[in-house]
Amino acid sequence: MQTIDLTEVGLRETNQTLHAQADNTNQTEWEIVNPRGSHAIACGLNAPIEVTVKGSTGYYCAGMNQQATVNIQGSAGPGTGENIMSGKIVIEGDASQYLGATGHGGLIVVKGNASSRCGISMKGVNIVVQGNIGHMSAFMGQSGNLVVCGDAGDALGDSCYEAQFFVQGSVKSLGADCERKEMRDEHLTLLQGLLDEAGIDADPNNFTRYGSARTLYNFDVDNAGAY
Amino acid sequence: MCGIVGLFLKDKSLEPKLGEMLTSMLITMTDRGPDSAGIAIYSGESKGRTKMTVQSDDPENAFDGLDKALGKAIGGTVKMSVKSTHAILDIPEGTTSAARAALEEMNCGLRVMSCGDSLEIFKEVGLPKDVAARFDISSMSGSHGIGHTRMATESAVTTMGAHPFNTGDDQCLVHNGSLSNHNSLRRRLRREGIHIETENDTEVGAAYLTWQMQNGATLGEALESSLNDLDGFFTFVVGTKDGFGVVRDPIACKPAVMAETDQYVAFGSEYRALVDLPGIEDARVWEPEPATVYFWSHNDAPTSTEKAA
Repeated sequence: MQTIDLTEVGLRETNQTLHAQADNTNQTEWEIVNPRGSHAIACGLNAPIEVTVKGSTGYYCAGMNQQATVNIQGSAGPGTGENIMSGKIVIEGDASQYLGATGHGGLIVVKGNASSRCGISMKGVNIVVQGNIGHMSAFMGQSGNLVVCGDAGDALGDSCYEAQFFVQGSVKSLGADCERKEMRDEHLTLLQGLLDEAGIDADPNNFTRYGSARTLYNFDVDNAGAY
Repeated sequence: MCGIVGLFLKDKSLEPKLGEMLTSMLITMTDRGPDSAGIAIYSGESKGRTKMTVQSDDPENAFDGLDKALGKAIGGTVKMSVKSTHAILDIPEGTTSAARAALEEMNCGLRVMSCGDSLEIFKEVGLPKDVAARFDISSMSGSHGIGHTRMATESAVTTMGAHPFNTGDDQCLVHNGSLSNHNSLRRRLRREGIHIETENDTEVGAAYLTWQMQNGATLGEALESSLNDLDGFFTFVVGTKDGFGVVRDPIACKPAVMAETDQYVAFGSEYRALVDLPGIEDARVWEPEPATVYFWSHNDAPTSTEKAA
């Protein structure tokens, strides 16, 4: 286990040290102490390493992540895991707005609640939230899965494409062109797999699936007045 | 961007450290806005007296003999304490309007930063650390206070464009965001007879709240109606004599984090601002919900009006 004190080492050197780890590095376990809500901690990692951040983080922690597993032992600020490509991010506390925005792959797990715009423009990332999510989540979601064990806020999945959403609790309102969908066997299997991977004990049968009604895919002249 | 901090103390033993804690929180937020900074402190009231904080670009001349001249004009004792470009005028209760009129008559270029029994506002152009040092904010005690560091977008970088804005006696407002309908709203409010000095959007927001309250709304109601009438982005923190409140617009893209312990309620634009507060590790930390008005008050048994405020 390598321990980095962020207040002593500084952000840039900390991230450069983590970036310097090769695919076959022997130093696979890292711990960052004294994060003090700093921005961009463990951003741009690209090695199969495990990084544990001992405390709460600010903007953009673990952004652009590839391969690495980042565990945040606190709450995470806005834009955490933005554009994640692969790997895994686990947030023990709450996540602020636009968690996992534009994420292409990998998994993000939130043990607490996620705020507004969770998974906005998601492009393949899987996000599992044990608590609730805020308004405008998965806006323009293109691909990937958003699992919510609690409730979803206003305008879930507004203008979404092929991302799908599984919500166990209530949905305050659905966004434009987002609708309730049938839960078939393949969805139950997919959801069980995501819950298992996230380490969350919940019954897939209690969830409702939502997705695109696919009426906004192409421009329809009848909608011209809406623009 | 802009950065906001706020601290409401439940534990009286922390009161001597209010200025120090707020200053440290505000300095942490410097990179959210380096243009100007300000702090509103509720430092307590004395019976039969009220306060005005005034500012001058030429403090040496403007404050020279000001207490005596003002005392003569309003027919009462005026005690003055000067802090850099600001002076706190301790005047008899009920003489605020007379003092305001007298200052205008004297025509000595003074600007009124705040009025109220407990409230003092200090704000200037510059970095939070310089502004705080200039007014020695760290040495100030009080029951609660709010601070702001500005990244200017809608109007010039000036003292009058700095936050907090005084919205009424013992009330003040800081803002992170930008209002897009401030020009039309300014015209409307001016027609209603509300005095608005600058081209600043937040001043219009503050004037809007003042106008609503002049028409009988409580602060709580005024904030509720701001959600309908103000167009744009805002996280507002408002100070009142007894406490402070928070409201975010329905889109809520301007960040806000709150923390509560047995000793205090704290607000920060980011968690970074809160990390040095005592017991933060075990505090309840959360994001205020959009379009929801929050209030904390020192007044244990508020009247219905105070409660709604």
